[in-house]
Order: sequence, then C-alpha cells, then structure tokens
Amino acid sequence: MVVTMDSSEIKQLKILAAKARMGAVLGTYHAKSGHPGGSLSAADIFTYLYFKEMKVDPDNPQWEDRDRFVLSKGHCCPSLYAVLSLKGFFDWSELEVLRHVGAMLQGHPDMKGTPGIDMSTGSLGQGVSAACGMALAAKLDNKDYRTYTVLGDGEVEEGQVWEAAMFASHHKLDNLVVIVDQNGLQIDGPVEQVGGIEPLDKKFEAFGFEVIKIDGHDFEQIAAALEKAKTVKGKPTAVLAKTVKGKGVSFMEDQVGWHGVAPNKEQYEQATAELQAEIDRLEGEC
Amino acid sequence: MAEIIKKATRESFGEALCELAVDNKDIVVLDADLAAATKTGVFGKAFPDRFFDCGIAEGNMIGVAAGMAAAGKIPVAASFAMFATGRAFEQIRNSVAYPGLNVKIAGSHAGISTGEDGATHQCIEDIGIMRTIPNMVVLNPADHWEMKEATKAAIAYDGPVYIRLGRLAIDSFNDPETYSFELGKGITLHEGNDVTVVATGLVVNEALKAVKELEAEGINARLINIHTIKPIDREIISKAARETGRIITVEEHNVVGGLAEAVCEVVTEECPVKVTKIGVQDRFGYSGPAWELLDKFELTQPHIARVIREVVAEGK
Repeated sequence: MVVTMDSSEIKQLKILAAKARMGAVLGTYHAKSGHPGGSLSAADIFTYLYFKEMKVDPDNPQWEDRDRFVLSKGHCCPSLYAVLSLKGFFDWSELEVLRHVGAMLQGHPDMKGTPGIDMSTGSLGQGVSAACGMALAAKLDNKDYRTYTVLGDGEVEEGQVWEAAMFASHHKLDNLVVIVDQNGLQIDGPVEQVGGIEPLDKKFEAFGFEVIKIDGHDFEQIAAALEKAKTVKGKPTAVLAKTVKGKGVSFMEDQVGWHGVAPNKEQYEQATAELQAEIDRLEGEC
Repeated sequence: MAEIIKKATRESFGEALCELAVDNKDIVVLDADLAAATKTGVFGKAFPDRFFDCGIAEGNMIGVAAGMAAAGKIPVAASFAMFATGRAFEQIRNSVAYPGLNVKIAGSHAGISTGEDGATHQCIEDIGIMRTIPNMVVLNPADHWEMKEATKAAIAYDGPVYIRLGRLAIDSFNDPETYSFELGKGITLHEGNDVTVVATGLVVNEALKAVKELEAEGINARLINIHTIKPIDREIISKAARETGRIITVEEHNVVGGLAEAVCEVVTEECPVKVTKIGVQDRFGYSGPAWELLDKFELTQPHIARVIREVVAEGK
C-alpha cells in the first residue's frame, strides 16, 4: 500500500509529535505523577490519528459522524491530551494542572469532562470492548465513521481483550482498528518476562483479525497500515506497532522505571531541552 | 380486585422491552448466552437486528453496551444477576457508571428462588454491589405490573440502571388500573401504625399476605413496597419510623448490603428506631425447589407474620 506523504508533511507530523511529547513531560512534571513512558511510545500514533487519519471537529467534539478513538491504555493520556490540545480541543495550559484538584484533565481519560475524549478508560482491557460497541453502533446506523483503539502490549494480558477480539471478528467489525503499542515493557518488567503474550500476531490472526506489523514511530508505515485497514472487508484489523517506551527522551527510552514516575525539575528541563532541540532541528530543515 | 397474573418478572421484563422497542428505535438488547432464561430471547425474535448475543463473556458485553450507549443507543444488557453484577462489576463501575452512560443492566435469576441451580447461581449480593456504585439506579420490582412499568421508567431515565429480575413465577398483587410507578418513590400497600414492614421484590406479596392475615388479630402493620432501592424514598421511610416506631425489612437478598441496610441508613440519620431484618442471614443458599427454599430461609408469609407478631408484642 503506497501512501503519498511528502517529506514536509512527515516533518510536520514529527514536529507535532515532539510537541505532544513535550506536553506529556510537562503534564506529568506538574502533576508530580503519571505515566510518561507509554505516553511517549504512543505519541506518534496519536499524532497521526488526529492530524491525518480521523474525521473530528474540535469545534463540535460530539459531532455524530466523527471517527471515534478509545484509549484503552488510559494511563497514557498525557500525550493524547497534548495532541487534543494541539488539534484545538482545549487550551495547552490545561496540561499544567493535569491531575490537580478540580482540573479538567483527569489522571485517566474522562469523556464527560474532557472535549475530544470519546470514552472514559483507565481500567485495562475495557476500552477495546467499548470500541467494539461504537463500531457495532456505526454498522447498525449505517454510518461510515471508523473506530480506533490503542492498547498496551501488557494490556493484552487482560482476558477481556480476547473476549472483545472474539466479538469484533464474530460481528465482522471491519470499521474497527485495534492498535497495540508494543513498547515491550510493563510495570513489573519486560512483557516477555511478565506476561508471555507472544506470538501476538498469530493470536490476533487466530481470533479473526487482519494483522499488520509496523514500526510505530514511522509515519509512512502508520499511514500505510491505516490505509490498508480501510480496504479490509468483513473482519477487524489489528496493527501491531513496535515502539520504544519513553521514545524521544534519551534517559527514559526503554527503561522499565519510567512507566509511572514523573520527571523531577532537572529531568523535566533536560527532557524539554532534548525535545525542543529536535523541534528546532526539524524546523530548521523545513 | 384485579385479576391475578402468575408470571416471573423476567417474563414481564421481556414483554415490556418488546412493547417499548416498537416506538423506541434506540433500544438494543445484549445477552451473554442466557437469552432463553433472561427472556431477552423474546426480544431477539421480535427485533433480530437489534439483538446481540455476546456469548459467555459478561465483561465484554458490558463494555460493548457502554460503547453503544456512547454512540447514542439505549443498550439493555442481561445475564443472571450473579454474573451481570458479580463477574462484570468493575466493567459496570468503570465503563458504565463513571461516565454515566445510558446502559440498563438486567440481572435475572436473582435471590435464592433461583432454586435447584444452587448457591453459585443464587445471587444474594447484587443489590448491595450495585447500590455502592455512584450514579447507579437500582430497581427491584415485585410483580408483573410493577416490572412492566419499572422497565418503561428505566428506559425513559437517561443514565445507568440496574434492574433485578426473578426466575420464579409469582402472583401479581397490583391493579393495573390504579398502579403507577414513580422512580424513587415507595408505595404504601397497607396502612397501619403498630409497626412498619418495608419489603422489596419477590417477597412483597408474602409480606402483603402476612399483614392482611394479622388484621384479624388486631395488628395493624403498615406495609411499604420499595421498588427503587436507590435512590431510596427517604421520606416514606422516615415518616413511617416517626409514626409507627419499629421497622421490619423483608428482602430476598443478604441482610448485608441490601434493603435492610438502605433502610437503616435512612432511619439512623433521620429517626433512629429498631430495625428487624428478614432476609438471607449472611449465608449461602443451596439447591432445592424455590418455594421450599423460600420457606427454609423464612421469607414466606407465615414467617413474616410471626416476626411481625413478635415485634409488636415486644413493643416500641
């Protein structure tokens, strides 16, 4: 599948993703808590979905025909919030009070309080079922909106994910795309040591999915996978996106310890400087 | 006196859904391989395009219902009370109640009157489990007519509702000509000032027969039917506490977590009186025919009448 994106488009996406990563670092720093590792690994996927893929309207977040997004791995919302803000759903300053008392941005996504959030999530394994419900409702109403959901690779240890997978293929939900952010790490250690989820591609295939394996930081591959998913008929698609946990911040990359720990002031400043340098470099090339 | 209809509330529920779905196209029904038993199968036959059997996967069923509600549908998700509220508790809590989604959860085969299937299927905790969740409305209708009206009210209400259904065919006692259901409002079925009996669900009719039996002995017990456990009718309960003193609660549920405690929460805050709890006394059930079990667990007319006599004899 060839997707035409010129180099400046890709560069723009990379800049947006770097800004989303800055937002995740900013939010977790001010919150003194949160989950930077998985937020950074999924940042490119969120960026592509909201800036290239999905039909959404920041001025009308409840637009009935919008594409839906469910962040099944709800704890990675800091970078999703940043992407929603960059897209225009709410002000960037909200990230500075993430997780604070009375703040709009909760520790895990709250569909009732945050514009752009389509489903409240946070308890792992549940979002994918809700995404199935949305995709089924679209079929029932003969609407052509599509539903996307992002899961963690640790999350697929939850039995409900497989209940939902069975349901999705049984009901031929070809308007549903399940993206697994395979950053390879979960709280207690490497996924391969803790949960033993492999072979994940074979598992999704056995459950009736079209499976596409990509590098989750390569926008051309993300684009090609989501384009291909649109051509798949009669079954759902699983995109297994290989990623690096903590991507974009040197000292967080591929470190188990950065799953659910906020950066301190020094770390925040270093992370921000690294991401800003990346943005400057990309903008310099433009 | 209205004609007595002998029917399980699960059947009345299935009928009501079919009637409501004719005009309300947003209603969709989900089940977890128990459609023949929960009676959502009747809906499935009448509206096959709006019926989804999710297989034996209750957690996913609740999540799918949440997603459909988020997309504008009014999903009714049914299973046995045990699995709907027990297995899928956390899905109900986090995917339905927290976002306040418009999902109706129907728990059938509630209580020990489930009978021969025994303890694993006799849910005596569902009201307690559902009652502790913020945003959740909890309904426990007592006969055919009440179930039909309660189902209508549950669909009309915009938000999460748990509705308890029974397996056992029971006699109706309400008169459809005069009956009216108001969410959150208890119904006084019998006037009296010696003591108040507060009952819910399948055993309301047993309590009604008991208070009528006691009239001949000169005991005038007030009987209140609480079909909405949450939000509970605080006014009718506190008024009864003030006017009659002691209260007896009657429920086919554990005395921990259910109606008894809901009533105690009201009276301890508004008018402390002694509360005597008729119900499942914090133990598991076992196999047997439904009516024999109800008798063994002392939830039938003679047992209720005996407790009322004892309480009245003891005095305030």
